[in-house]
Amino acid sequence: MSQNKTETKRLLKRFFKSPTSFFGFVLLIFFIVVAILAPTICPPKEGADPFKIPMATWSSAPQAPSADHPFGIIGGRDIFYGVVWGTRAAFKIGLTVSLISALIGVIIGAISAYAGGWIDEIMMRVTDIFMSIPFLVAAMIMTTILGKGLGNVMIALIIFGWMRVARLIRGNILQAKTEQYVMAARALGINDGKIIFKHILPNTIFPVVIQITMRIGSLVITAAALSFLGVGAEPGYADWGTILSYSRNWMTELDKSWFAILYPGTAMILFVLAWNLVGDGLRDTFDPKMK
Amino acid sequence: MIWMLGPERLLATYVKSPEALKTEDAAERLIEKYGLDKPVYVQYFRWLGNLLQGDLGYSNIAKTPVTQAILERLPYTIELALYAIIPVIFGGIWLGVLSGVNHNKPLDHGVRVFSLVGWSMPDFVFGLLVLLLFYTILGWFPPGYLSYASEKIMRSPEFTTYTHFATIDALINLRFDIFVDAIRHLVGPILTLAYLWWAYVLRITRSSMLEVLKKDYIRTARAKGLAEKVVINKHAKRNALIPVVTVTGGMIVTLLAGVVIVETVFNRPGLGRFTATAATQLDYFSILGSAIFYSFILVMVNLVVDVSYAIIDPRIRLS
Repeated sequence: MSQNKTETKRLLKRFFKSPTSFFGFVLLIFFIVVAILAPTICPPKEGADPFKIPMATWSSAPQAPSADHPFGIIGGRDIFYGVVWGTRAAFKIGLTVSLISALIGVIIGAISAYAGGWIDEIMMRVTDIFMSIPFLVAAMIMTTILGKGLGNVMIALIIFGWMRVARLIRGNILQAKTEQYVMAARALGINDGKIIFKHILPNTIFPVVIQITMRIGSLVITAAALSFLGVGAEPGYADWGTILSYSRNWMTELDKSWFAILYPGTAMILFVLAWNLVGDGLRDTFDPKMK
Repeated sequence: MIWMLGPERLLATYVKSPEALKTEDAAERLIEKYGLDKPVYVQYFRWLGNLLQGDLGYSNIAKTPVTQAILERLPYTIELALYAIIPVIFGGIWLGVLSGVNHNKPLDHGVRVFSLVGWSMPDFVFGLLVLLLFYTILGWFPPGYLSYASEKIMRSPEFTTYTHFATIDALINLRFDIFVDAIRHLVGPILTLAYLWWAYVLRITRSSMLEVLKKDYIRTARAKGLAEKVVINKHAKRNALIPVVTVTGGMIVTLLAGVVIVETVFNRPGLGRFTATAATQLDYFSILGSAIFYSFILVMVNLVVDVSYAIIDPRIRLS
C-alpha cells in the first residue's frame, strides 16, 4: 500500500513539474470555481431557467460594455451572464458526452475483442461505418433529425463519439489477451466477464482516461460549432457558441459587436486549452516511454 | 422527425409555387409520384434504390437535384481546400522539423506555444477574429467569393469558364484584376484553416522527428561525418514523415468537413455552406446527400493513403 502511495506522489510530482500542465491545471480550477459560483456571480431570476440568458433590453442591436453589463449586450442578452453560465454548460457537455461515449466505447471494444470471430468482425465494420462520416457533419445530421436543444446535441455527439475508444480498447485487450496474467486467470477457471472487468480493463483503461481528457475540449468546440451554425442549443441559451452565433447577424459591422466575439471566444479558447494541457500532461506522465 | 408529418405536409416541403397545385388532383398525383403516403421504411428503401442510380433526391434550398447542387458548389470548396492544404502541409512540416531539431531551445518553446494555442482554437472563433481584423478594421480581405464587379465580368459572355476555379480561370482569361480579387477573398479562409491545422501537423512532425533523431542510424550518419543538413534532410526527415502521411489523409477529410464552418463564417458559396444551410433549413435530401459525398471522399482518401504508404516506406512494400 505504501508503495502505491509513493508511486502516486512520484507521478503527481512529475505532472506538476511541467509548467504547461501546471498552467492547464490552474486554468481548469478557475473554470470549475466559476461554474460552481455561477449562481452567486450572476443570480438567475427567481423561478426562471438559469441557463436561459434573461433579456436585458428588447433592442437587438449590440451594445458596448458598460458598468451594468461588463461584457456588453447582443441580441438583447447580457454577454457576461452567458459567459459565466456558459462555463456550466461547457462542463455539462464535455463531461457527459465524453464519459458516456467512452463507456459505450469500452463496452463495445471489450466485447468485440474478447468475443473475436464474426462478432468482432461485425462490430468493427459497424464502427467503420460510423467513422466514415466526418464528425461534425454526422453530428449535424443527428441534430437535424432529433431537433434543437442542448440535450439533443449531446445525444448526437455521443452517438458518433464512441468509435475511437472502442478501437483503442479492442487493440489493448487483444494485446492483453496473450499476457500471462490473463492465461493464469483462465487456467484458474474464472469466468469471461470477470476476466474482462476485473483483470483486463484495469490494466488497459489508462489510455482511455487520457483520451477522455483530451477529447473534452474538442467536444465543447463541436457543440459550440453546432450552436453557431444554428442547429445546436436554442437561441438565448447560456452557451458560448450561441452567444457567438449572434455575431452572424452583424457580419459586415463586426467592429460594433467585437465584444460578442472576444469574451465568449476567449473563454472557449482557455477552456479548451486547459483540458488539452492537462491531457497532454497526463499522457507525458503516464507514458512509459517518457520515463 | 419530419418523416412523422402526414403526406400532405410533406408535400408542402416539395411544392413551392401554388401554380403546381392548380388542378384538382395535382396534390394526390404528386403524393403518389413521390410515394409520400408510404411508410418510412418504404420511402427509405426507395431513396436507397435511387441512390444506387446516382439520384440523391431533390434539394429544396438549391431548387435543383442534390447531385447537381453538390457538383455546382464543389469547385468553390476544392479551390479553397487546395490552396489551404499547401501551406498547411509544407508550413506544418517545416515548423515541426525546426522545432524537433531545436529541441528544448527557445525556438522550440515558441513553436510549441504557437501550436498549443492553435490546437485549442475553435475554427469559427478564429475565423470571426480574422474577419474582424482584416475586413472590418483593416478592410484588406473581404468575405464572400468575389466582389460584385468581378462576378459580373465572370458571368459575361467575353469571359470563358474552363475550370470553375476563379483564380485559374482569371489567369487563363488574362484578367489579373479578377485574379487578385479572388485571392483577396481566399486569404481569410485559408489563414483560418492553415493556422488550426498547422498546430496539428506540427505536433505530429515534431514528436516523430524527436523519435527518429534518437535512432542509431542517425548517430551513425553523424559519426561518419555527414553535414548536419544532410543528416536532417536525407536521413531523419524522410523517416519522420511516415506518420505525417497517415494523418494527412484524415486531415484532408476533416479539412473538407471543416469548410462547413469556415465557408459559413466567410460566406463562401461552397459545399460546406450548402451543408450548413441544409441543416438549418431541415432539407433532408441535401444533408444526406452531402454526408454520403463526404463519406465517399473519406474512403477514397484512405485508399490513396494506403497506397502512398507503400511508396514512401519500402518496408511495407516488401512485406
